[in-house]
Order: sequence, then C-alpha cells, then structure tokens
Amino acid sequence: MSLFNRTEIAPLEYTRRLWMRAWIAATLFFLYAPLLVLIAFSFNDSKRNIVWRGFTFKYYGKVLENEGLMAALGNSLTIAFLATVFSIILGTLAAVMLWRFQFPGKTAVEGTMALPIVVPEICMGVAMLVFFAKLDWPTDLPWPLNLSAITIAHITFCFPFVAMVVRARLAGFNKEQEEAAKDLGATEWQAFRDVLLPHMKPGIIAGALLAFTLSLDDFVITFFTSGPNTITFPVKVYSMVRFSVTPEVNAASAILIFLTILLTTVALKLQDFTKATA
Amino acid sequence: MQDWKQHKATFASIAASPVLWLIAFFVVPLAVVWLYSFGRNAGLTEIDISGTFSNYGRALEPLYLEIFGKSVAVAALTTLICLVVGFPIALAITFATPKWRPWMLLAIMLPFWTNLLIRTYALITVLRTEGYVNKSLGWMWESASGLKVMVGMAPLTTWEPLPLLYNNFAVVLGLVYVHLPFMVLPLYAALDRLDRSLIEASLDLGAGHFRTLTQIVAPLAAPGIISGVIITFVPALGAYLTPDLMGGPDSQMIANVIERQFKRANDWPFGAALSFLLMYATFILIALQTLRNRSAERRS
Repeated sequence: MSLFNRTEIAPLEYTRRLWMRAWIAATLFFLYAPLLVLIAFSFNDSKRNIVWRGFTFKYYGKVLENEGLMAALGNSLTIAFLATVFSIILGTLAAVMLWRFQFPGKTAVEGTMALPIVVPEICMGVAMLVFFAKLDWPTDLPWPLNLSAITIAHITFCFPFVAMVVRARLAGFNKEQEEAAKDLGATEWQAFRDVLLPHMKPGIIAGALLAFTLSLDDFVITFFTSGPNTITFPVKVYSMVRFSVTPEVNAASAILIFLTILLTTVALKLQDFTKATA
Repeated sequence: MQDWKQHKATFASIAASPVLWLIAFFVVPLAVVWLYSFGRNAGLTEIDISGTFSNYGRALEPLYLEIFGKSVAVAALTTLICLVVGFPIALAITFATPKWRPWMLLAIMLPFWTNLLIRTYALITVLRTEGYVNKSLGWMWESASGLKVMVGMAPLTTWEPLPLLYNNFAVVLGLVYVHLPFMVLPLYAALDRLDRSLIEASLDLGAGHFRTLTQIVAPLAAPGIISGVIITFVPALGAYLTPDLMGGPDSQMIANVIERQFKRANDWPFGAALSFLLMYATFILIALQTLRNRSAERRS
C-alpha cells in the first residue's frame, strides 16, 4: 500500500483514495493517540507528567508497592474468575434450554434473558444496591466471601452474553449427530458430554473470554455494590482519577491495558487453535 | 425442537439454574426498585410503599425535565457525530482488500476492549489545561506570532489555553470517543451485505460518488444505519462515567442525577422513579428497532 498508485484507482476502491486515507488516519489518531500518550507517560521520570524527563520504571514499582491497588487488582481478578466460571455454566445451560426445548413462556424467558444486556448500567447498579441493602447482605465476611455481592451482580450481567454466543454456535449443530449417539446406546448425559459439549467448545471459550473482560472492566455496577473493604481495580482507579492525574495512575492503567491485550491475544490464538483442530 | 413435556426431567435439570438465577438476581431486584418508585421515605432507612405517583410527578419538574432534555440532546449529538465519522470508516472497511479488512476491524475494535474508565482518563490527560492538545495549539500560536514578527507585523496576543475539559464539549467528545466502535460495526455489517453491482450501475450511469452515496447506498443500508444509531444512542443516553469525570457543573446527565439520589441525597424512591423512566425510554427504542426488523423480514 504505497501512497503513489501504480494502477488507476477503480471506482469502488475507496480505501485507495487520498481523502479516505486521511479520514481513516485522523480517526485512528483520535482513537489511539490518547492511549499511546497515557502509556508513554507511565514511563516518564517526572511527577508533572508533561515534559519528557527520561525513561523509568519507578511508577510501576510504586504501583506494585501500593497495597490498596494490589488488593483491588486481586479482588478484580478473583471476581472475574468466579463470574466467568458461573457464567459459563449458567450461560451454556440457558443456551441449550432455548435451543432445544419448546415450552410455555419461552418468549418471556428469552426476552428477560436479553434484558441484562440492554438495561442501562446505572439502572442495573441501582437495582443491585437496593436488592442487597434490602436483604441486609452481610458486608463483614472474610475474604473472598465479602466479594459475593459483586460476584453475583457480575454473573447476572455476564451469563446472558455467554448464552448468546453459545446459542449462535449451537445454530450450526446437526441434531442427527446427537440422535445417532443415542441410537448407539449413549445416555442423555453421555450424548451431552461427548457430542454436544465438544461442538459448543469454541462458543464457550469465546463466551468465557467475553465474560472475563466484561467483569474485569465493569465500573458502574461494581461502584454500586462495592463497600469500603471490597474495592475493585476500576473502582480504585476511579478514586485516583478523581483526585489527580499522576504517573502512578498512568502506570496502573497501562497494566490493565496490557492485561486486556494479553487476554485478547490468548483468546484469538485459542480460537485459531480450536478451529485448526476441529 | 423438543417439547418440554416429553422430557420433563431433562428440561428441569437444564432450565432450573439459569431461570432461577435470572429471577432471583435480576427480576426481583428490578421489581424492588419498581415498587420503591411508588414509595416515600419514612424514616432514615424505611421506605413506605404507598402507591404514590409523586416521585414521577417530581421527575416532571422543570429542573429534571431540563436534565432529561439535555441528556437526550447530548446523546443525539454524540450519535450524529459517530455516524458522520463512522460511515466513511465502515465504507472503507467494506471496500478494503481482504488482506487489510481484518486488520482494520481489529484497529477499530481494540480500543473497545480497553477499559472505559482508562479511555476516559487517557482523554482527560490530553485535554486538560497542561495537556497535549493545548500545548500543541499554544506552540502553533506562538510560532504564528513569531512569523508575524519576522515579516514585520505586530505579534499575536499571549496564548490562553482553551477550556477543553469540564464542559459540555468535553462530554460529547468523550462519548464519541468511547462509542465510535458501536456505530462502525453495525454499519460495516450492513454495508458488507450490499449488492455492489447496484453501486457500480449508479456510477456507470453517471451519478457522482456523493449522489450514489445518498441515493443508493444510504437507503439500502438504512436498517444497519438505524441499528447503529440505536446501539450508540442507548448507552450514550445512560452514560454515567463520562459526564461525571469530564463534565462541568452544568453537564449532569440522567445517570448522574440517579446516582446522586442513591449515594448522596438518599432519596431512593425518587432515584428509583428516575431509573425506571430511563429504562422505559431504552425499552421503547429497542422495541421500535425490533418491530422494524420484523416488518423488514416479512417484506423480504
């Protein structure tokens, strides 16, 4: 893709037109420049964060020494892990239920299951706050039980996404395979475990990744369910951001960005892998 | 598709846990909020559900109507800007070579995977008074001033940093920044399905690119454009973080008012009524979209 075209531009080759390239470049600059500046300045050896004063890792060291932040990161990863495991189970069951059975009230169940995806986050956060307050949910339990309220809230908004992804995958399943297994003497459970589950696997992996990222990233719903002893990483970063712009916040943000990129790459690789072996 | 009656035990073992979870931890919490919206504060933590509509009445006071109107305007402007910026991008991805297409999609998607809070913070760091936008503009201003002196004219006045943060402009910019991928993806999905020979025919018959775009491409891609608009508008309307961190005292949106009722003002019934009004608005938009899709399917 050189800027100087050797062949004439065909009418529909919009991507080779200069104005289009300028537009794309400007948009990508708008999307990426702030993030790149943020990452670059997490390595800057200056408290004021404007002028480049040399390369340093000291703010990463500070983040690693910041006990509050590290505890928050631990909480976030624990919650994301638990929410993912539960979401996989509930989401897969929900997908199989909707895909396989005809039952009264199916439309209502389907519609309700889609609601956590579309309801504004603030409304869901408020509902969780009110619900756990109404139940007098204990807040002084030992770790990790004190994270239960946040984890429950996260499972509730994550598992419908898993159900959606797995159901899309199930649409391509040939039911005769399952029937053949049963004809050959497999029990209901064996047919599920050995025929249906392997088919759903790529969907489940994609759903699991989606659930983990959603849980790790969530701020608004967590903000309403977290207490003083159950701070998650985004909630902690929020309180730091409100306070000021410092290189330490940059370093903490950069860590989360790297973590997300790593997870996404692993997931893409896994998907390629399952595709190659399928 | 199996009938549940013939496989009651299997159906029950599969359906029980997701359905019960959804009822216990989603339907019930929302129902409690809904009931609270018809209640009033009785004592510090007691809420008496008296069936009053006064909370909804209060939401219709000019102060809150203005905030509702403002939220709708901000979300609409955000959606419009996303559409104008995103449409050429979606077009470019559609007509890119197969080698480039996945990379361009990834480039649009990648910021989407980054935490919302961090993207907002990144934008704050470049927009603040000592941020990069103001620094670059200041540098350009001073260079221009220097040039004028060189050619013998009076220098420009001293540079005043632009107030790019903590106002409505910042809120719209922040919302566009985080919602752009929401718009590009449905647009791309719609444009990709388009019959290219129609565009070629229009160009062959002498219509210009702009005319082809407005009279051929836009009507054909209308369903995608509408779903892109709704998918962008709904989260922008309920946005909390962007107006909270980037807005000024007068850029409160509905979500901020709701948050205040629950966390600071401690007026849960009123907050409950406001959050249900926001939810109704969302539902109406999504229902309209679903109806449109159904009738479009029936026609084809």
